Amino acid sequence: MTTATPSLAPLPASEALPSAFAEISQETLALTRRLFVQLIRRPSTLVAGVLQPLIWLVLFGALFAKAPVGLLPGGGSYGRFLGAGVIVFTAFSAALNAGLPVMFDREFGFLNRLLVAPLRSRSSIVLASVLYITSLSLVQSLAIVITAALLGYGWPGGAGLVLVVVTLMLLVFAVTALSLGLAFALPGHIELIAVIFVANLPLLFASTALAPISFMPGWLGWLAALNPLTFAIEPIRSAYAGDFALQRIASMVVLEAPYGSLTTASCLAILTALAIGLFVAIRPLLDRKLS
Amino acid sequence: MIELHHLSKSYRSGRRNPPLQALDDLSLQVPAGCLYGLLGPNGAGKTTALRILSTLLAPDHGEVRVAGIDALADPRSARRELGYVAQEVAIDKILSGRELLALQADLYHLRRSERDARIAELIGLLGMDAWIDRRCGTYSGGMRRRLDLAAGLLHRPRVLVLDEPTVGLDIESRSAIWQVLRELRDQGTCVLLSSHYLEEVDALADRLAILEAGRLIAEGTPSELKGALGGDRVTLRVREFSDAQEAGRVQALLEGCPGVRQVVINRAQGFSLNLVVEDEAVISRLRQQLAEAELPVFALAQSRASLDDVYLQATGRTLQDAELAVAGLRDAKAERKQAMR
Repeated sequence: MTTATPSLAPLPASEALPSAFAEISQETLALTRRLFVQLIRRPSTLVAGVLQPLIWLVLFGALFAKAPVGLLPGGGSYGRFLGAGVIVFTAFSAALNAGLPVMFDREFGFLNRLLVAPLRSRSSIVLASVLYITSLSLVQSLAIVITAALLGYGWPGGAGLVLVVVTLMLLVFAVTALSLGLAFALPGHIELIAVIFVANLPLLFASTALAPISFMPGWLGWLAALNPLTFAIEPIRSAYAGDFALQRIASMVVLEAPYGSLTTASCLAILTALAIGLFVAIRPLLDRKLS
Repeated sequence: MIELHHLSKSYRSGRRNPPLQALDDLSLQVPAGCLYGLLGPNGAGKTTALRILSTLLAPDHGEVRVAGIDALADPRSARRELGYVAQEVAIDKILSGRELLALQADLYHLRRSERDARIAELIGLLGMDAWIDRRCGTYSGGMRRRLDLAAGLLHRPRVLVLDEPTVGLDIESRSAIWQVLRELRDQGTCVLLSSHYLEEVDALADRLAILEAGRLIAEGTPSELKGALGGDRVTLRVREFSDAQEAGRVQALLEGCPGVRQVVINRAQGFSLNLVVEDEAVISRLRQQLAEAELPVFALAQSRASLDDVYLQATGRTLQDAELAVAGLRDAKAERKQAMR
């Protein structure tokens, strides 16, 4: 091999630098690739992430299999009702874990390796996590969508599937922001896992994933109607009911909340606002920790 | 190449404890093509200084320049000139060494065309061919260090900073690293390393600074520092195992000799005597006087001043004693927290 300069000589002051976009995509891609290599070599996260909702779907669906048809608003079997809830819960659980790799990098000092590098933007570190967790949670959710279809719990159709993906992405962005914020705010992975553990099931139970608001006592109905998971579940559920059409997005009521009726469009608007709000809220923390 | 001006840094640990002064008005300069050693016991502030230099930590006061760049005002440009090899090697256990280097190359924006060639070059240089495609989790300490050094060199930095690069390493890895550091220096890189191994700094460094409690207490080339002490070190034993009384008698006798100073009884070594003599001639006079007093000479060893003597002179204790004094006082948890973002 021949090089112009001897291998250990320092590089003379550098020539023209590549564009900001080229540099940011190079560093972001490299960091995202690392997360995927980790996933492929340690696939247990992926497997567990699909297996857990699958078990929910099969066991919970069976638990109420003999519930009388017509018991639920809109009719249909409980399995059909549950499908939307489990899909959203899958994406939510995956996104809630987004902070874990970042926390381990903080603890093991790998983050310091990233911070001494001349990254064009340190948002690359956050961006890589968002890209990774969004793809991972979408893959897991789609696995559940397909399984639900195979179990006879319905299929949202082409336009419905687009709505499912868009809704899940909004929820995933919001939850990822929250999880990344926690990963930088909490002192270690034990605390982070504790928060994830405590947050997970109550958020599921206090949503419309397992039962409609009409089944709940007033106070729980209020909680469910304020729970971000509900704003993702209901549009997806309406898509599964075959109700979704783009021209009716702003008129079709999907949620009868104690405080009023919400359409698909308003649910999506709330999720968008939540995602943006959370990223804005964690911004100062990230700036401080990454500066 | 490296300029640190009046750096101060203190850490808070808990509300009730007073802040711990890690650096106290530290200034030093390292030119290009110089291998510079930062010597001091654990807790002297070496790591803090290096972390500030590598832009991981902001000082309370002071100025940092790397290759002429103000590292506090423009850290990104400074980082491009810097290679940093941390004390605790942070590697991703699940990646192979080659993948880690590729990741690092992308973080430093190496072009794809030059990236693979540069990685291959460093693998050859640091003798990593045999294991570079194995996962990092299987590496020994020496392999990790070499990989980390390669990662620090990928972008051909003008300044290389290493925090205790050879602590706990096998001889082979240590000499491989020393060899590379010397070549780097010869080809114009400014290398700054911290160490609490006297021999390492003595063997490697062109210049060195001794740190104690965050302050610079001596600075110069190893020979300047040792030469400044003057005289030769002598260890004398009149018997293999002497006693306090006899040692006291010999001490009194030696202190009466012209050209002899700093006579100390070393109880830990069978009441041997450590002293400094002005020159060779003093030693033969000494032997004569001992013979006249009918005292035997079991052993008499003479050596030039070492860096340990420099340290002793500057701080009043040996480096080993300083290490022992802080050994029980360090708070590993607090230190981990300081390093964590």
